Amino acid sequence: MRDFLDMPDARTRHEQGLALSGISLSRNGTSLLNDITCALPPSGITAVMGPNGAGKSLLLRVAHGLIDADQGLVLWQGDAVTEEARKAQAMVFQKPVLLRRSVEANVDFALKVAGIRHPSLRDALLNRVGLKGRNKQPARLLSGGEQQRLALARALATSPKLLFLDEPTASLDPTSARVIEDILHEEREAGTKIVLVTHDVPQARRLADDVLFLTSGQLHCHQDAASFFQTPDSAEAARFLAGHILN
Amino acid sequence: MGDALHLAGQLVLSGDPDLWEIVLLSLRVSLIATLIACIIGLAIGSLLAVSQFRGRGAVLVVINALMGLPPVVVGLIVYLNLSRSGPLGFLGLLYTPTAMIIAQTILITPIIAALSRQILEDLNHEYAEQFRSFGLSRIGQMKALLWDGRFALLTVALAGFGRAVAEVGAVIIVGGNIDHLTRVMTTAIALETSKGDLPLALALGMILLTIALVVNGFVQSVRSTATRAAYA
Ligand SMILES: Nc1ncnc2c1ncn2[C@@H]1O[C@H](COP(=O)(O)OP(=O)(O)OP(=O)(O)O)[C@@H](O)[C@H]1O
Ligand SMILES: [Mg+2]
Repeated sequence: MRDFLDMPDARTRHEQGLALSGISLSRNGTSLLNDITCALPPSGITAVMGPNGAGKSLLLRVAHGLIDADQGLVLWQGDAVTEEARKAQAMVFQKPVLLRRSVEANVDFALKVAGIRHPSLRDALLNRVGLKGRNKQPARLLSGGEQQRLALARALATSPKLLFLDEPTASLDPTSARVIEDILHEEREAGTKIVLVTHDVPQARRLADDVLFLTSGQLHCHQDAASFFQTPDSAEAARFLAGHILN
Repeated sequence: MGDALHLAGQLVLSGDPDLWEIVLLSLRVSLIATLIACIIGLAIGSLLAVSQFRGRGAVLVVINALMGLPPVVVGLIVYLNLSRSGPLGFLGLLYTPTAMIIAQTILITPIIAALSRQILEDLNHEYAEQFRSFGLSRIGQMKALLWDGRFALLTVALAGFGRAVAEVGAVIIVGGNIDHLTRVMTTAIALETSKGDLPLALALGMILLTIALVVNGFVQSVRSTATRAAYA
């Protein structure tokens, strides 16, 4: 997978996925991300796994261009993530950030920012995440899981090419989680690149094409999902998976 | 005192035209001043809430300091500018309601700017990353913050209006307290009290208090409705 970086000219830009090279970030003298280099394929679902505080959410923020790394480069399809490039991406945060408006106004806002005028799209999106008929409710009075689903609907509104999801099913009941997983499958089939942080090993098995494994800001391995769950490349990952099996 | 109160009540209830002329002028001057101050102050407040630049801290200190502007000083400055020999003397605005609106606007714009900046900045802390993710422009960001902060900002506008309508030092200097022209509630109260005409002063005082109560009650109920919908 390293060859993405090594031979950038050998492929057309669209065949290049998301490339991180030498990403380092520290705050107050603590290293939070340490020289992370990886090349994620241009399609499919990449799962980002690792214990609490490993730097998964930070890595997503850097990759989406919300935080500038102290060192290193992020390239999406060969280009730096500019303000304009970010419009073709979307992110659902670990704690959903919903506007103090109704459910439908939250989706409308994203559509309006993207300049999309499509009257039936919003209701289709709400329907898709299981929030049909909840249009007029204040978004912030939804339950935690419903808020996450609304945040996903809003992220999908602009048909992003690259979608970052930070534990999108963390507070969802099994049925809702399955609905979300189905949506992610569909999006992947439609060609959307998805980078998904998850603690849920069975979910990662179901969804992931490849896996990034981090602890304490270090990238320990980047592997095919199948081989990661069979024989992880790093001892830490093996212990992490063993812990989940024991639980 | 009891007699004066009784007479004051009668004045209010009888719909004394002189009294109501004063009340209406007060409301007109202070509402227009609040409206203009909101337009300017909210623009400044929202811009500061989303901007980072060198010297921002100094700007905030100045605006916060301007919140405490003594009305008589504002009155004096406006007077000097509008008086016949002043730079804006040719406009002939001194001793008109417009002069009073200008003075009150200057007085409360910093209040609206400073208070709204604080509210919108707190809101922006919560929204900033999501806005960046959307690729929202700065203007779009300011508009979204103003809309989502609308219920909290209502209180800010009220604070501005309260200060404007209750203020006496600035309007007496630039308005001159001219009967039937620039006499407002506060200047009338000051004058009538000094003349010993307590009923009129008391009647105006009661109306001023009532206005404060009604406006506060209204804003409070709007806000609690908004809070229940998690919009505030
Ligand atoms: N702005 C910041 N300043 C200082 N430290 C930070 C900052 N943001 C995150 N950190 C630290 O970086 C580390 C990684 O945080 P991050 O949120 O990326 O973890 P995570 O892997 O997403 O964990 P979790 O599974 O709990 O969500 C944490 O120890 C956190 O305290
Ligand atoms: Mg996290």
